[in-house]
Amino acid sequence: MPNFETEVVETDLLIVGGGMSACGATFEAAYWAKKNGLKVVVVDKAAMDRSGAVAMGLSAINQYIGWAAGDNTLEDYVKYVRQDLMGVSREDLVYDIARHVDSSVHLFDKWGLPIWKDANGKYVHEGRWQIMINGESYKVIVAEAAKNALATLGDQGQLLERIFIVEPLMDGDRVAGAVGFSVREDKFYVFKAKATIAVMGGAVHVFRPRSVGEGLGRAWYPPWNSGSTAYFTIKAGAEMTCQEVRFIPVRFKDGYGPVGAWFLLFKSRATNAMGEEYMVTRADELPKWAPYGMGKPIPANLRNWLGMEDVMAGKGPIYMRTEEALANIVSEYKDDPKAFKRKMKEVESEAWEDFLDMTISQALLWAGMNIQPEEKPSEIAAAEPYFIGSHSGASGAWVCGPADVMPAEYRKQWEPIGVYNHMTTVKGLFTAGDGSGASSHKFSSGSHAEGRIAAKGAIAFILDNNTMPKVDMGAVEELKKKILAPMDLYEQHVKYSSDPDINPAYIKPKMFMFRLQKIMDEYCGGVSSQFTTNKSLLERGLELLVMLKEDSEKLAAADLHELLRVWENTHRMWIAESHLRHVLFREESRWPGYYFRADFPDMDEVNWKCFVNSVYDPKTDQWTMKKVPIVNLPV
Amino acid sequence: MPSFVILEKCDGCKGQDKTACMYICPNDLMVLDKEKMKAFNRAPEMCWECYNCIKICPQQAMDVRSYADFVPMGASVVPLRGSEDIMWTVKFRNGTLKRFKFPIRTTPEGKAEPLAGFPTGSDDIKSNVLCTEPASSGAAAIPTLK
Repeated sequence: MPNFETEVVETDLLIVGGGMSACGATFEAAYWAKKNGLKVVVVDKAAMDRSGAVAMGLSAINQYIGWAAGDNTLEDYVKYVRQDLMGVSREDLVYDIARHVDSSVHLFDKWGLPIWKDANGKYVHEGRWQIMINGESYKVIVAEAAKNALATLGDQGQLLERIFIVEPLMDGDRVAGAVGFSVREDKFYVFKAKATIAVMGGAVHVFRPRSVGEGLGRAWYPPWNSGSTAYFTIKAGAEMTCQEVRFIPVRFKDGYGPVGAWFLLFKSRATNAMGEEYMVTRADELPKWAPYGMGKPIPANLRNWLGMEDVMAGKGPIYMRTEEALANIVSEYKDDPKAFKRKMKEVESEAWEDFLDMTISQALLWAGMNIQPEEKPSEIAAAEPYFIGSHSGASGAWVCGPADVMPAEYRKQWEPIGVYNHMTTVKGLFTAGDGSGASSHKFSSGSHAEGRIAAKGAIAFILDNNTMPKVDMGAVEELKKKILAPMDLYEQHVKYSSDPDINPAYIKPKMFMFRLQKIMDEYCGGVSSQFTTNKSLLERGLELLVMLKEDSEKLAAADLHELLRVWENTHRMWIAESHLRHVLFREESRWPGYYFRADFPDMDEVNWKCFVNSVYDPKTDQWTMKKVPIVNLPV
Repeated sequence: MPSFVILEKCDGCKGQDKTACMYICPNDLMVLDKEKMKAFNRAPEMCWECYNCIKICPQQAMDVRSYADFVPMGASVVPLRGSEDIMWTVKFRNGTLKRFKFPIRTTPEGKAEPLAGFPTGSDDIKSNVLCTEPASSGAAAIPTLK
C-alpha cells in the first residue's frame, strides 16, 4: 500500500460538500453549535468560493415565494411542484423549504448579492417564482457568509478543502463519520462525527453527453457532480426515492445556455423549422397525460416531450425565436428612434448577461457563430440526462420532514429512530439539495434553505445523542487499503506495456467512465436512443453494469488526481445502477420527456401514482424495491 | 476548451505552494509544472469553461479557446473582474466587438455579515424557526399548516 499518513479528525457535526446546501448548512450549524458548545467540520473536494453547481454564477434565483408580502402562498408552491412532477412529490418537504427560502434570499441580499429591484424596491421577477440577479459572484458571497459564520466558532469550526470523501463510516445502524483522501498530498483522512450532513450535489456524466470531444466537459450541470451524495447515502443503507426521476433540460444547443429568461422574461416562442409552435400544434397530445397535461403550467417534461416529438418527426431544428421576442419588446418605442435604441441596448445587455453570469460558453458559441439574438433565432435542444433533485428532477434520499407538517404515514418510519428534520432513514445521516429526493424546484436558494433545515435537525440529533459513535479502526484500515488500491495496482503493472493507459491488468478511470456512459446511453434511455428504453434493454444494461462493477476492482490511478477520478466514477456507477433499477421497477411512462418505457407507453395512475423507493443492504449486497403511497397535503 | 495558459505571462504564482488557478478550479484540473514554473490544464476535455481560473489569475495569463468540436474559430470572451463589477469583452468571429459591464456585489469583499443584523426568534432547537427567523422572512412568525 502507498505510504499515506492517516489523520483522524473528531467533530460533533461533519458537513461534506461545498455548494449551496453545504453553505446553508454551515451557516445555520455555526449558530446552533456556538450556542451549544459543539464543533463543526466542513470537508470539500474543491474550494468553497467556487464549489458546486453555482461555481460560475447564476443570472436568476428560481425559487422566491414572497409569502410575507402576500405575493404568493406556500400552498400555491406545493400545488405548482405537485403539477410539475406529475403528482409525485413530498409535499411536506416542498412546503417546508418554501416557508424558509425567502429568508435565505433576504440574507443573500444583505450579504451583497445584487438583486434587480424595481422603482418601488420590489424584486424584479423573471417569472412567477423567479427573480433576476447580477449573479457572477453569487457563490463567492454565499460562501463568504458561511466561512464568516464558521469563523465565529474559533477552533471549534474548521473548513478543510481539497479532500475527497469516498465512504461513510458506520457504527451499526448509525453513521459514524466518513473517510477520504487529500487530492493535494499523500494523506488519508478519517472523520469521526456524531452526525453527518452529506451535501455533495447531483450527478453528471453518468449518461453519454452529446459532445464527446473537447466539449465533453460542457455538460449543462457541472462535470464535477459525480453522484457522491447518492453513493454516500446508498452505501450507508439509506432509503432512496424517485431515483428514476432524472432531469433533461432543454437549453440552447451545445453551449447549454439558459432559456428561462428567454421564455419568461422576454416572452420568446420556440418553433420548429416550419415555423410551427409545437406547444400549439401538438396540444392534442396533452390530454393523454391528464390531469397534469391539462394543468398549468405544463410540466417541464411534457414541454420537452412535445419538442422531442417534433424532432422525431423530422421537423428540426427547433429554434428559440430571439429575434421576434426582442422585436416585440422594443416595438412600443418604434416611433421614438432614441428610446428605441436605448431599449434595444438595454435588452441586448440583459440577454448577454444571462449567459455571461452563468454559461459563458454559450456567449462564446454565439460569438463564434456570429449570432446576434436581435438578428436571428438560435437552436435549442434537449441535453442529456442528469441527476439533480433540486431542479425539475427528483432523485435523492428519503428524508424525514418537519414535525409540524409531515403526514403521520411518513412520520411513523422515523419514530423508532428519531424525528429529526431532513434525517435520512439512517441514524445521524442528513442530506439536502440534490441529495434529498421528491422535493424538486428548490434550485439554488431552496438548496441553501434546505441545508439550513438539515443543519438544525442535525444539531438537534447531536444534542439528543451526544456520544461519539464507535469506529472500528481495523475496518478503517481495510477501507484505507481499498481506497488506495488503484495506486498499488498501477505501480505493480505499469511497466508491463508500452502505454500506461493500455494494460490488460487494469482500467483507467476515463475509459471506465466512457464504458458506463455507453451502457447508460444505449440501454437506459440516453440521447442516442431518444431517451427510450424497455425491460429487455434495461435487463441487458444491468448485466453489463454487473460486469462493469466487477471491473471496478481493477481501476488504476497514476496519481492523486486519477485516484479522485477513480472514486468519482465509482460513485457514478452506483447512482447509475440505482437509476436503472428504479426505471425497471416502475412499469409505466410518467415523465415521457425525461424517459420513455416503450413497453409501457402510458401513464398508469391506478397502479403507479406512488413513490418508488429502494434500499441497498450493504451486508447482503441486495436491493429492495417498493412502492410508497403519496400523501397529499390539504392544499 | 477549455482554459489554457499563456506561457509568456504565467509566472507559476512565483513558486508558492499552490497557484491561484490550482486553488480555485472546481474540477481539480490546473497543475503547476514546477520545472518550467508554468501552470497547465491537465484535462481540457473535462473543463466546464467556468472561467474561474481566468477571473482569479493575477497575471491575466489564462484564457479560454472555445470547444473545438462544435464552435467555429475566431471568437473570444474576456472578463476583467474587479471588486464591485465585471467587464466583459466579446469578440465575434466576424470581428464585431461588444463590451458589457455588470455589478457583482454591493458590499465590500470579505464583509458579508452572517446574521446580517436579524435577531433569532426562538432558542428552541426543536422548533421550525431557523436562526435569523422570523425576522429575515419579513413576517412576524413562520407559518404552518392549520
